[in-house]
Amino acid sequence: MASLLASILIDGFAYGMVLFMVSVGLTVTLGLMRFVNLAHGMFAMIGGYAAASLITMAGVPYILALILAAIVAGIIALGLEISVIRWMYGRPELDQVLLTIGLVFIGIALAGMLFGNSLVPVPLPDMLRGASDLGFRVMPTQRIVAAVVGLLSLLAIWLLLDRTMFGIRLRATVDNARAAGELGINTRRVYAIAFSVGAALAGLGGVVGAELLPVEPYYPLKYLVLFLAVVAVGGPGSVFGSLIAALLLGTVETAGKYLAPGFATIGLFVVMLLVLSWRPDGLFHRKSRL
Amino acid sequence: MTSFPTRILGDLAVPLAGLILLALYPSQQAFLAQIAITAILVLSLDLVVGFAGLATLGHAAMFGAGAYAAGLYALHVWSEPLTGLIAGALAGAVVAGATALMLMRAHGLTFLMMTVAISQVLYEIVSKARDVTGGDDGLFGFTMQPVLGVWEFDFFGKLAFWYSLAVLWIVFVLLRRLMVTPFGQTVRAIRDDAGRVGSLGGRVYRHRVVVYTLSGGIAGLAGALSAQTVQVVGLSSLSVTYSAEILVMLVLGGTGRLWGALVGTLVFTVIHHYAASIDPVRWMLFIGLILVVIVLFLPGGLTRGIALIHAWLTGRRAP
Repeated sequence: MASLLASILIDGFAYGMVLFMVSVGLTVTLGLMRFVNLAHGMFAMIGGYAAASLITMAGVPYILALILAAIVAGIIALGLEISVIRWMYGRPELDQVLLTIGLVFIGIALAGMLFGNSLVPVPLPDMLRGASDLGFRVMPTQRIVAAVVGLLSLLAIWLLLDRTMFGIRLRATVDNARAAGELGINTRRVYAIAFSVGAALAGLGGVVGAELLPVEPYYPLKYLVLFLAVVAVGGPGSVFGSLIAALLLGTVETAGKYLAPGFATIGLFVVMLLVLSWRPDGLFHRKSRL
Repeated sequence: MTSFPTRILGDLAVPLAGLILLALYPSQQAFLAQIAITAILVLSLDLVVGFAGLATLGHAAMFGAGAYAAGLYALHVWSEPLTGLIAGALAGAVVAGATALMLMRAHGLTFLMMTVAISQVLYEIVSKARDVTGGDDGLFGFTMQPVLGVWEFDFFGKLAFWYSLAVLWIVFVLLRRLMVTPFGQTVRAIRDDAGRVGSLGGRVYRHRVVVYTLSGGIAGLAGALSAQTVQVVGLSSLSVTYSAEILVMLVLGGTGRLWGALVGTLVFTVIHHYAASIDPVRWMLFIGLILVVIVLFLPGGLTRGIALIHAWLTGRRAP
């Protein structure tokens, strides 16, 4: 019993950290630009494909591929922000939804054409393959990697928001974009950088989470609800909220997989719908703070 | 306000368009019936998206509920079609009404995500309940009695065409009337500024729940029609992909105008029909491009494009 509980909590933690990495950028764009982005999962998929291609085709070492994948996702996101998404801030929500779901379809189609319709594994170095013995239970090393990278990104996000000039500008823009602009902060650049960094984190999550959320063309559509759920349950705009929501939903789905495998998805959605009926604005709703 | 003859002409447009299409494609009546059924579904979606201003990706839930309800009704209760339609509409309305109580407290991204989650929960339940619904294999094995005891369903879809066209006509005419009632006006006012309607004493929550339930009922009706004319109900009728597809049809035609729903459905299904030979991946690319192009360059869809051209030709300002 105790070991089952421990398994659920540990696996749930690893899964939750992956969900957090992928979703945190989404909550920032939603809180910052009021931009509903259904295409966010695409950046995780791009990261996964980039890492897989770099490792199998160019023989790049795993750690380097991980970083490069995040950069690739960030650069593609920056290009999209400048060319298309920038013009959608302030447009009606429906337009944002339609545009980004259109981007999702284009992304799925392009991924299918470039990489085929089957799952693409992200090969691991020997050191990270196989299982690790934690003393009371054996678990795939990959999941430990996911949890560690997740914790490191959490630290990086905290440093970025709390200890850098960019963090100050970002928080000022979230609080009051107009006042921030009048004080000389280039809010457009803040938006673009925040969007791109969020996408890079999603790319990172896509690579280390490849075991839990396999990389395939339908990735952005298949896990769309999962990523949106993290943001909605956590409270749009709240980084801390998405962390808690990601861990909560990750643990719930993992528990479902252990206890009633056929009903994990239903269980997850029901928990989510209950939380949202109780608090429609999420657990940690704040009007204008990160 | 439109003059009396224009209004009558508007009401007659659906049967006229049906007859023209029949003359153009005399051997494809089953396909035309499919267009009419999809048009009813897209009209119901327009109620939610265009008139109430709520972005949803879970509308297929009500369509699927109606389809399964009508199929099960024909299989186990009575295979009379018209009462089957009522069963389907009720099922759609019940699903919509029950979920609306929860949905309408949320907004924006949370609302959107909940619509997806609800339709996926329904999808999972239907796919797990193999004994009742047939699961992945779909629900089949029911046959329908003649409509009104007179007209038999046939293999070529002749009756399916007239039957669906008649229902589409009735739905379209009633919805046009509904839009100009105080209720319809209030729903539109809520879309434009919910806060103001609330402070003027309007019941925002209640109007949204009612319009969502009504829309669910119409979607269920479309589902029932589809079940009766095709005589198979598949899981895909509940999928999020299908919800997205009908949203594309609506946006293509133009949201917030009932005409938009009709034009969008027609154009989309005809393109889809001819593009059936190209592989699904390219089709997806095509849909995505349509969406992006319309949102960026022609918000308001084809009907707005037509209105703009008309205004340009007559030298007046576009509405």
